[in-house]
Amino acid sequence: MKDNSPQSDESPGWFDRKENVKKVLVGLYIGCGLLLLIDLIFRIVGFDKHPYFKWEQWPGFYAVYGFVACVLLVLVSKYILRPLVMRGEDYYEKLEKKSEEKGGVNDA
Amino acid sequence: MPDVVPPAFLFLLGALVVAFLPARLRQVVALIIPVIGLINYTQITEGLHWTISLMDFELIFGRADRWSLIYLNIFTVLSFIGILYIINDNRRLDLSAGLLYAGSAMGVVMAGDLITLFFFWEMLTLGAVLCILGRKTPEAGKAAYRYVLVHVFGGVILLAGIMIHLATGGSVAFDKIALSGPGAWLIFIGFGINCAWPIVGAWLTDTYPEASIGGVVFMATYTTKTAVYVLARCFPGEETLLWIGMAMATIPIFYAVIENDLRRVLAYSLINQVGFMVVGVGLGTPLSLNGTAAHAYCHILYKALLFMSIGSVLYRTGKSKATELGGLYRCMPWTCIFCCIGAASISAFPFFSGFVSKSMIMSAAASEGTVATTVIWLALLFASAGVFHHAGIKIPFFAFFSHDSGLRCKEAPANQLLAMAIAAFLCIFVGTFPNAFLYQMLPNPEASYEPYTVGHVTDQYALLLFSALAFTLLMRAGLYPAEIRSTNVDFDWLYRRGGSLVYRVFDKSLNAINSGVKKFFVGGVIGHVSNFFESGASRFVAWILLPVWMVAGYSPEKIEESHQSLFKRAKRGAFPIGITVFFAVVLLGLLSLIVLLNS
Repeated sequence: MKDNSPQSDESPGWFDRKENVKKVLVGLYIGCGLLLLIDLIFRIVGFDKHPYFKWEQWPGFYAVYGFVACVLLVLVSKYILRPLVMRGEDYYEKLEKKSEEKGGVNDA
Repeated sequence: MPDVVPPAFLFLLGALVVAFLPARLRQVVALIIPVIGLINYTQITEGLHWTISLMDFELIFGRADRWSLIYLNIFTVLSFIGILYIINDNRRLDLSAGLLYAGSAMGVVMAGDLITLFFFWEMLTLGAVLCILGRKTPEAGKAAYRYVLVHVFGGVILLAGIMIHLATGGSVAFDKIALSGPGAWLIFIGFGINCAWPIVGAWLTDTYPEASIGGVVFMATYTTKTAVYVLARCFPGEETLLWIGMAMATIPIFYAVIENDLRRVLAYSLINQVGFMVVGVGLGTPLSLNGTAAHAYCHILYKALLFMSIGSVLYRTGKSKATELGGLYRCMPWTCIFCCIGAASISAFPFFSGFVSKSMIMSAAASEGTVATTVIWLALLFASAGVFHHAGIKIPFFAFFSHDSGLRCKEAPANQLLAMAIAAFLCIFVGTFPNAFLYQMLPNPEASYEPYTVGHVTDQYALLLFSALAFTLLMRAGLYPAEIRSTNVDFDWLYRRGGSLVYRVFDKSLNAINSGVKKFFVGGVIGHVSNFFESGASRFVAWILLPVWMVAGYSPEKIEESHQSLFKRAKRGAFPIGITVFFAVVLLGLLSLIVLLNS
């Protein structure tokens, strides 16, 4: 009999192994480090990126901007937007029921 | 051009024929129509074709130039991909709706005058509504109803704008319009509603996730992109659009981060991407307008691909929420790969399609050098990092990786995989070889652009990898917002809830005030005020329709008569909530159309 639970007789997927996930993460960290290094080398040898703004020439500008942007995005969404706009999953269904119970309002 | 037909008629005829064919034949014909469409497209030469004189107006069904042909190209390509994606289910309604929708969109981009434009514009709504109804759930039925409500309202505004524009000496030509006077503004706003501008665009994230899996592929392609096209045609360089585009590119991504339904996340990122295009229109330079057209082209491909991949997940598992999915890379490996290609494209990774089009708009904004455009540029850069974060990572991560949901399903059907494969191939091909055909088709050939410079590529990788780093670290630190089953209220609240609420407040409070005050004053000012609120809606409509009636050559008596009948309808309670609003608005839409045809 085949069991539907994922732990049964099937072999674990590639991403189920901790060491594989670690490989991906290490790859990401190395990539980030390399890009910073390249940016620094560009700066030292005076490589011209043909920028539109002077800050584009600062080493690590795009890296820092991308990182800060995403952290801000997530924190603002989580701590400011979510408390403001989140309702129960059936928010509109409940409202509909409520207004149906109250009956039509269009009798003038 | 004797052996070429107007693309809109080909597809509309196809939609009609497909609706009546038996099962097997229907499949074949539905697939052949887009192929004929492609061959037909290659035969169309630049110039004005298919003009018909109707009364005083010259209706132009085929204005073929570099502007319209690039849109016609991608609309045709996508119609094939979309039909292929749904061909296995072979449902009459879905196939017919897809072709009808495609044909209407082609009609809009090929239109050479405002009346033809309006005709096909309204048909777009019909196509979209059928695409939503194709889902066949009670929620889809309600969503379709809300969709009609918003879009018929938008259509009435557009029609009123066109009528006022014509009545005040404007040209019927579908061309640049100066944004001055009520006519131009109403046209502008009418376009904006379909373009999913902030506040008036809440219908998009409200209804797209309720559509059928194939229907949403067509919806994501046709409605907003024709709106971008008409804006670029009529209002290039209009500064207001810069700020509207900026708001579209930035605000929805905050919602996307906390949204649980992955199809709704895609809807938010759709608005984000259209925001880039709107900024391109607002800048109005040859390079930025090229960027808008190129980005529309690329966007259609990768957005369709993303919607198809999550659609296949929904098809196989019946689920599309992050809380219910995860770990599907095991059983849907191909869908997973295609989804990742779509994600890389929307994130603008070098060698994927988004990179060669979005950067054109960024460069155009940067090269302006004013304070305003610098602010816009910084905001777009923020949005670029954000879109990778919420669409590029979140979509594949929660559907295919993340924790194992325990779901074990079959891989997507072969035709769906093939449709995704074609879209994925085009994403990579266009991204890697932009000069092969995409850059050849752009509207302003004199504005050349080279996306692949060393600096640009390394900077883009830095932006993206560090965004990924932020995601990883936030995830590991437990700071990333947990996926919660929830509804996040947006401006759709205004018509889903607010409409009836506002009415009730007016109804209750004004009636109470009215009866209370009447004890002291009989009639007079108070009577006027309450009268205004009682019939405010109909007055507003009458105000919009008045110029329509005037242009239609109604006699003063007839106008008065129409006025009275409108008011009578409103008094009987045709405008408050529920089904009555629906009919009133639809009726208005039909009424306006009849008036238009008689003028």
